[in-house]
Amino acid sequence: MKISGSEILIECLKKEGVKYIFGYPGGVVLNIFDSLYDNKDVRLILTRHEQGAVHAADGYARSSGKVGVALVTSGPGATNTVTGIATASMDSIPLVVFSGQVPTMLIGNDAFQEADIVGITRPCTKYNYLVKDVNDLARIVKEAFYIASSGRPGPVLIDLPKDVTVGKADFVWPELDIRSYKPTYEGNKWMITQGAHLIAKSKKPVIIAGGGVILSGAAKELKEFAEHTDIPVTMTLMGLGGFPGSHKLSLGMLGMHGTYYANKAVQDADLLIAVGMRFDDRVTGKVDAFAPNAKIIHIDIDPTSIKKNVRVDVPVVGDVKKVLAVMNKVLKEEVKEQWGEVRKAWLKQIDAWRAERPQTYTHSNEVIKPQFVVEKIYELTKGDAIITTEVGQNQMWTAQFYKFDKPRTLLTSGGLGTMGYGFPAAIGAQFAHPEKLVIDIAGDGSIQMNIQELATAVINKLPVKVAILNNGYLGMVRQWQELFFDERYSHTKLDESVPDFVKIAEAYGAVGLRATKPSEVEPVLKEAFRIKKTVFMDFVVDWKEKVYPMVPAGAAIDHMLFEQAEKKAEKKLKAVK
Amino acid sequence: MRHTISVLVENKFGVLSRVSGLFSGRGYNIESLSVGETIDPQISVMTIVTTGDDSVIEQITKQLNKLIDVIKVTDMTELDHVEREMVLIKVSPRQQDKAEVLNLTEIFRGRIVDSSQKTYTIEITGDEKKIEAFVELMRPMGIKEFVRTGKVAITREGVKK
Repeated sequence: MKISGSEILIECLKKEGVKYIFGYPGGVVLNIFDSLYDNKDVRLILTRHEQGAVHAADGYARSSGKVGVALVTSGPGATNTVTGIATASMDSIPLVVFSGQVPTMLIGNDAFQEADIVGITRPCTKYNYLVKDVNDLARIVKEAFYIASSGRPGPVLIDLPKDVTVGKADFVWPELDIRSYKPTYEGNKWMITQGAHLIAKSKKPVIIAGGGVILSGAAKELKEFAEHTDIPVTMTLMGLGGFPGSHKLSLGMLGMHGTYYANKAVQDADLLIAVGMRFDDRVTGKVDAFAPNAKIIHIDIDPTSIKKNVRVDVPVVGDVKKVLAVMNKVLKEEVKEQWGEVRKAWLKQIDAWRAERPQTYTHSNEVIKPQFVVEKIYELTKGDAIITTEVGQNQMWTAQFYKFDKPRTLLTSGGLGTMGYGFPAAIGAQFAHPEKLVIDIAGDGSIQMNIQELATAVINKLPVKVAILNNGYLGMVRQWQELFFDERYSHTKLDESVPDFVKIAEAYGAVGLRATKPSEVEPVLKEAFRIKKTVFMDFVVDWKEKVYPMVPAGAAIDHMLFEQAEKKAEKKLKAVK
Repeated sequence: MRHTISVLVENKFGVLSRVSGLFSGRGYNIESLSVGETIDPQISVMTIVTTGDDSVIEQITKQLNKLIDVIKVTDMTELDHVEREMVLIKVSPRQQDKAEVLNLTEIFRGRIVDSSQKTYTIEITGDEKKIEAFVELMRPMGIKEFVRTGKVAITREGVKK
């Protein structure tokens, strides 16, 4: 029996086990929306902006490991998805985004609400399609879900001309056969064995765990690997949660705002085992001065990540989970080295660095320190929550002061650094985990970039919490201006233009709470967690606070600036005056 | 160093822009690019001439391989191979040079494919050196127009001795 393209689309989504689509209607997708209208299996969640829809799908995907799905109309609907798609692409998040398109006969005519979205998104998708024949639709949808979720995951866009979704065809769920796409999952055994021998010989090894650990579900294998070999683990921003942050072998995050001891350890190491990470510039700092004494074992599913930015001694292309499982086996059965004594000296050195400069900040009884808010959130949730962040200081303080013990508990835009990501992502995560506490740790700048999604949260009765670290500035940029631009705060002071977030929340039907003193932080958080509604918490925090340690852009990662050093300099300056 | 890379791709619309977009987006350089169908009409072959140090060429081949529509990437430079390029040159020689033009065309095994009172259009095929030599010899004859196809390449098969 022939059914319409939009009905085929829904059949495909059912086959793929899709429960939620995040989307926004428009002219050329009307018939798809009509097919969704009384469908019980696939539910469309109406966001208030297409960017919000894609970030919500992304948050759904990151928190659940499933493919996130979005559906938008042509033209502006499609172009509004670009930031969301690029965000997912940079962080390797599996998404399938459906965009409407003008009828095939009008394509290229500059028709109303026409945009060449396949052309526009070509560099920021893993793959994209323009469906030209309704008979191809089912195959393309199946391929798209497979491509998005296999190998190194990523977003796939499918552009659907109106006549394709209106046209009729038989629904056939085809077999997959993409001859030009065969991801490598199994690591080369010989390479893995080479790596294992390097590990056995090394005296000062460090594991750097990235987002690949989380994407491939390798947290268990990584823990086994680190504990068996007694190697300390540092994580990239995307890797947080891939190894328990509260574990004694955890060094926290490395890089530009990494811990002193992580950066010191990496710079002093004689061996780096890079697992599912890609040596981003925020991780390496000055590449020529990065880990000068270390050999590097690099495990990644994407061959292009290997030897892109740093030299590699043992490359292993493969799925992190599978490679680590083999590595663990080789280490236990073939290498059987006793490294207990050797490691003791190394771990002692790391503990000395840890004691020298712990990850901390100066408490205050008068003003709320933003780090204090993050610490309190950790304390009250005991780490059992899904945390999303925006981008900037809020993101870095979250990475530094919240100990992520489990994978998929931190959702943050690492690669693209998208302000406005956290709130819609939290909404998506809440749909995937209705019982979990989902908290967006935001800034007063970032939250305003997708604040309209309050409506989505409220109408769907989502108990999403938003903790706004409100310092009246675009804080991270302000920090750079203070440190590197002579305190010339060009266009970073929001100040009196910052709206009353309590009133905004209330206007949308959510709950708004505010804390202005340190003593109010805990009660506000407790109250927010108690209420089963969308809550905005406005924490009026110390605007002077900066993210430390900090490696200035382009410096080696052990050239760090510290809060204490700055305080001393300030005192000196005052004494002179 | 200059490399000739042969890329087998799915013969679909948009593939050329995926490949060229990869080069422009990542700042790689394309010296020439030629595309055509293979014996299997579903597959095209692209011959790309590019330059870069070893690490750049390694990234280029890996990035090409990563494209979903790319079936196979071969760096011809590493292999024994034959390269050819064709150029069409329109010259308008002075009366006293006409014989020399015909003569040189003969020597280079070119062909005159069009002529008028004032011009000859010469087709010439060969590797880069041959073409460059011919172009240099034609330069004083007054080149009016010049087009080249870009390189194509194919591996050599071993001969049993």
